[in-house]
Amino acid sequence: MSDLPDTARPAIAQGLRLQWEPAQEAHVLLYPEGMVKLNGSAGAIMSRCDGVRTLAEIVADLERSYGLSGLEADVRAFVRLALEKRWLEVRA
Amino acid sequence: MSGAPYTAPQAGPPLWLLLELTYRCPLHCVFCYNPTDFARTGPEIATADWVRVLREARALGAVQLGLSGGEPLVREDLEVIVAEAHALGYYINLITSGVGLTRARIAALKAAGLDHIQLSFQDSTREMNDFLSSTRTFELKAQVAALIREYGYPMVLNVVLHRLNIDHVGQILEMAQALGAQYVELANTQYYGWAWLNREQLLPSRAQLEHAEAATQRFRARVGGQMQIYFVVPDYFETRPKACMKGLGSVFLAIAPDGTAMPCHAARMLPGLDLPNVQQSDIRSIWYDSPAFNRFRGEAWMKEPCRSCPERSKDFGGCRCQAYLLTGDPDNTDPVCDLSPQHALVTEAVARAERAARAGSTPRPASGVREQVLIFRDHRTSIPVVPGGRADRR
Repeated sequence: MSDLPDTARPAIAQGLRLQWEPAQEAHVLLYPEGMVKLNGSAGAIMSRCDGVRTLAEIVADLERSYGLSGLEADVRAFVRLALEKRWLEVRA
Repeated sequence: MSGAPYTAPQAGPPLWLLLELTYRCPLHCVFCYNPTDFARTGPEIATADWVRVLREARALGAVQLGLSGGEPLVREDLEVIVAEAHALGYYINLITSGVGLTRARIAALKAAGLDHIQLSFQDSTREMNDFLSSTRTFELKAQVAALIREYGYPMVLNVVLHRLNIDHVGQILEMAQALGAQYVELANTQYYGWAWLNREQLLPSRAQLEHAEAATQRFRARVGGQMQIYFVVPDYFETRPKACMKGLGSVFLAIAPDGTAMPCHAARMLPGLDLPNVQQSDIRSIWYDSPAFNRFRGEAWMKEPCRSCPERSKDFGGCRCQAYLLTGDPDNTDPVCDLSPQHALVTEAVARAERAARAGSTPRPASGVREQVLIFRDHRTSIPVVPGGRADRR
């Protein structure tokens, strides 16, 4: 995977859908023939990947929302994983 | 074992809902999993019934929705059903042969909120496609594939493999690429319904299977990431059974065209399973309270060798329908498992396929001269199936 710039705008991959499911008390990622139940932090990151916000803005928003700092490495690691799994895509 | 009374395990929600909207279908595929006596089932339920099913199941947590059949496009209310499902928050997958998917209908389905389309194909050569589906649909499918891409859907192709087409895997993948497919599922036939009737003609040999897997690997190496290919090995060649439906009554709920609720789309054949109907019961009571849906929950129903097997929580004893079809008892271990005392029922079927492949006996349509005759799914040939044998022709 090539390097991920701060200005990248990750989005839920085409054909997939992310939504909150009360019955599972989790964000789930829906795709044909399957469903991934996301843990809390994965759900928090993915729900901010709207193709509008940059990676840097997503990190800043998460740090603000949860009153934490130094989240960038973790967020980057997850976004890379999600790109590899084709849950996310970075549109040109 | 302790003497503690057995309590049914707490079931989770029916996350996965499959609506078989109709058994009507313009195709007559020899490997169809629909019940072989489908012509005897009751009338199709009304739009309002399907809408109620969608609402009740969604309230319980259902979120993945498959719309299937038969050919779901035969239902003129498909767009109404899709719109309702979309408003409720389902992720909606249409499983179709493509027959009837005109520009007007795909536009209406897209507007109604359809998320995904899975197009089925029988083979890459028109002749084989037409023979296997007993109709002439190949060119139409190519047009439909173009429409699917035009409307912004990922192009997902499902090809059912068996002895008659598995040698064409290389060409099938070339065709998929030419159609712009992004995902291709090469699904070996599972032997239920019409496929069970035709098993002796459809089961490939091991050499055919290995050849097809090698061809798939070569293709993958050549095209790289632009196309994802899933090759589903037929379980007759395995030594452990599939974790069918993650256990019956675990996550999957199917509704037949007449409103019959089933823990698996083939479960209708199982003896002694008094399947509830959505016209008499609501989804909550069907899923949580009905004897049919509790019948195979947990492990109390299991027999040896499953009952004491450390893998029972992994594969749940395999497929109940396969256990019934092959051994006559749905509580038995799925004979695909080599720990099953009846595993020979599977290995003998594979050995017969090997002999047939060596003898080069390629079955032909019923008008041909060979001794083996394929039974095409049709109202005329619709008959009940019995375990062990081919069919009960009464």
